[in-house]
Amino acid sequence: MERAKLDLWVGMFVVAGFAALAILAFKVGNLDSLSMSDTYVLKANFGNIGGLKASASVKSAGVVVGRVTDIKLNPESYEAQVTIKVDKHYQFPKDSLIGIMTSGLLGDQYLSLKPGVDDDMLKNGDVIKQARSAIVLEDLIGQVVASKAESAK
Amino acid sequence: MPVARTIRNLGHRTVEAVWRIGYASRFFAMILLHSGTSFRRFQLTIKEVYFTGVMSLVIILVAGLFVGVVLGLQGYETLKSYGSESSLGELVALSLVRELGPVLGALLFASRAGSAMTAEIGLMKATEQLAAMEMMSINPISRVIAPRFWSGVISMPILAAMFSVVGVFGGYLVGVVYIGVDNGSFWSQMQASVDFQHDVVNGVIKSFVFGIAVTAISLFEGYDAPPTAEGVSHATTRTVVESSLVILMLDVVLTAVMFRGV
Amino acid sequence: MSAQPLVEIRDVNFTYDTRAILKGINMDFHRGKVIAIMGGSGCGKTTLFRLIGGALKPSRGEVRINGQVIHELDEKGLYAMRRKMGVLFQFGALFTDLSVYDNVAFQMRELTDLPESMIRDLVTMKLHAVGLRGTENLMPNQLSGGMARRVALARTIALDPMLILYDEPFTGLDPISLTMIGDSIRRLNNALGATSVLVTHDVQESLKIVDYIYFIADGVIAAEGTPEEIMATDKPFVHQFVHGLGDGPVPFHFPASSSYAEDLGVRA
Repeated sequence: MERAKLDLWVGMFVVAGFAALAILAFKVGNLDSLSMSDTYVLKANFGNIGGLKASASVKSAGVVVGRVTDIKLNPESYEAQVTIKVDKHYQFPKDSLIGIMTSGLLGDQYLSLKPGVDDDMLKNGDVIKQARSAIVLEDLIGQVVASKAESAK
Repeated sequence: MPVARTIRNLGHRTVEAVWRIGYASRFFAMILLHSGTSFRRFQLTIKEVYFTGVMSLVIILVAGLFVGVVLGLQGYETLKSYGSESSLGELVALSLVRELGPVLGALLFASRAGSAMTAEIGLMKATEQLAAMEMMSINPISRVIAPRFWSGVISMPILAAMFSVVGVFGGYLVGVVYIGVDNGSFWSQMQASVDFQHDVVNGVIKSFVFGIAVTAISLFEGYDAPPTAEGVSHATTRTVVESSLVILMLDVVLTAVMFRGV
Repeated sequence: MSAQPLVEIRDVNFTYDTRAILKGINMDFHRGKVIAIMGGSGCGKTTLFRLIGGALKPSRGEVRINGQVIHELDEKGLYAMRRKMGVLFQFGALFTDLSVYDNVAFQMRELTDLPESMIRDLVTMKLHAVGLRGTENLMPNQLSGGMARRVALARTIALDPMLILYDEPFTGLDPISLTMIGDSIRRLNNALGATSVLVTHDVQESLKIVDYIYFIADGVIAAEGTPEEIMATDKPFVHQFVHGLGDGPVPFHFPASSSYAEDLGVRA
């Protein structure tokens, strides 16, 4: 095999390999706007996070605007401290509301960010005050059973 | 005494096995030690990338497409019963990127390129080409073995990535084009669930590790093969069997480390 | 004959596992000579050969080349020594993935900084010396056995070695190729002023071209001398070997532990 032809083939092979990786990163994966552009960090405390996981998405009006980067238990308040990063393009008022939602009945849990009305915007490192915990299915069922029992009396 | 004989047998086998592991480790260390030439004269490695990587392309692409198509069909059947057909993209992409791309890619690579490597090195040894090189004061490890090793290490992640991409395309063909899952939710669900670092990068790391393991085994078996036709053919078989087992074993370990509890 | 031989083999013993293959071998290879080492199959010829090349270490004794003890050299020293040696392997051992040209040019490219134009001239000269100029672009699998052997010979002398070792150079060749190789060995040795050592069991061909012969049997030197002396000898083993007799000191029958009659169940 001629050297030039061989080099050409191997060159194309490597280029195709990088193209495949790029497709995996941008088309299949989520390395599009979010991981590339600048982000800022916000925190929120929840009484119960249910099944929320790191790298779960943060949505506002259904649009992905950020991602959960870290989940810790605050050893003093025994609350879950969730850290998220949000795309710089999206700014939210200080009194925005954050809640843990489930996509579908059995789907993944994600954070939903509902914008408030304040003129001041949340800045890097701020804590979102208004946080609604996850709805735990067992608690819900427990409540329903209890209220039924009440009414049956 | 049959008991004594059994114990002696066991002892013999243990010593053999340990000796062989030691010999293989030493061989691996020699490859790393004599890798300078593979990079100083990169042309040598490029030539081998052609034989290991480019020549494996067809089987990788065809197999990837078929696996993607099957994932699309089977995944749709399963997801349909939960009413979440829109998650088809997620299922296909995650299975491929995390597992099937690296693992099946490496298994195919072992049987296509690995066995060829073993046969080639074994024949070079049987026909005294390696000895001839040594007598010319050229180290066969640095001139013949190391460039092949690095070519495998370079080719494997590329092939695995291509396998995944073609597989996702196969899933898309079945899911969106043939069955009619919504195009938008197919891709958006996929993108929402496939994390670059957690899934794509880990998949690449896996294929990289498999590449090292498969090439090292292939080269060692060839280098260690008895210099006869029978010896070389046995070594080729052993390459495929050992590589497959090691790939699956490493996959268990890597998966446990990478995806535990997340 | 120069004062110090190029290769001196002193009291070399080699034991493989517990089997003694060579027992106290002494040999001198003088400069400019062609020497043959002969013996029956499995008599330790190839082992001796590998000892000279430094691929094996003797259990006792030493091999000196140019005054240096081979098995005491470190890897660097051994490689430096091997650069001055050429080895022709039994079936040529041509690199099957390289063309004839690349095979002959292999050492020049790997071990020297010669410019490609000079390498081309050298390769042409070497191929011409073995009568195969014009085969540059063929691959080894396109060559006949005899041609492959000659290409391998051209590759062996690529860097003008001072010592050339031939491992069974006549095996598996037709009579014409055989003579061609034999003549080439003699001619190239004279042209290069080298020393050639043939490990072979082809008596007739070797007797035509060599200066001195060693016979090895059972790990010791059974006989040695010039071709004339060997032809004239009346030692029974050498006589049997040179004239290719089927029976003699080397028996036709394997020394079985039981008698033929016993094995057949015939009562004595």
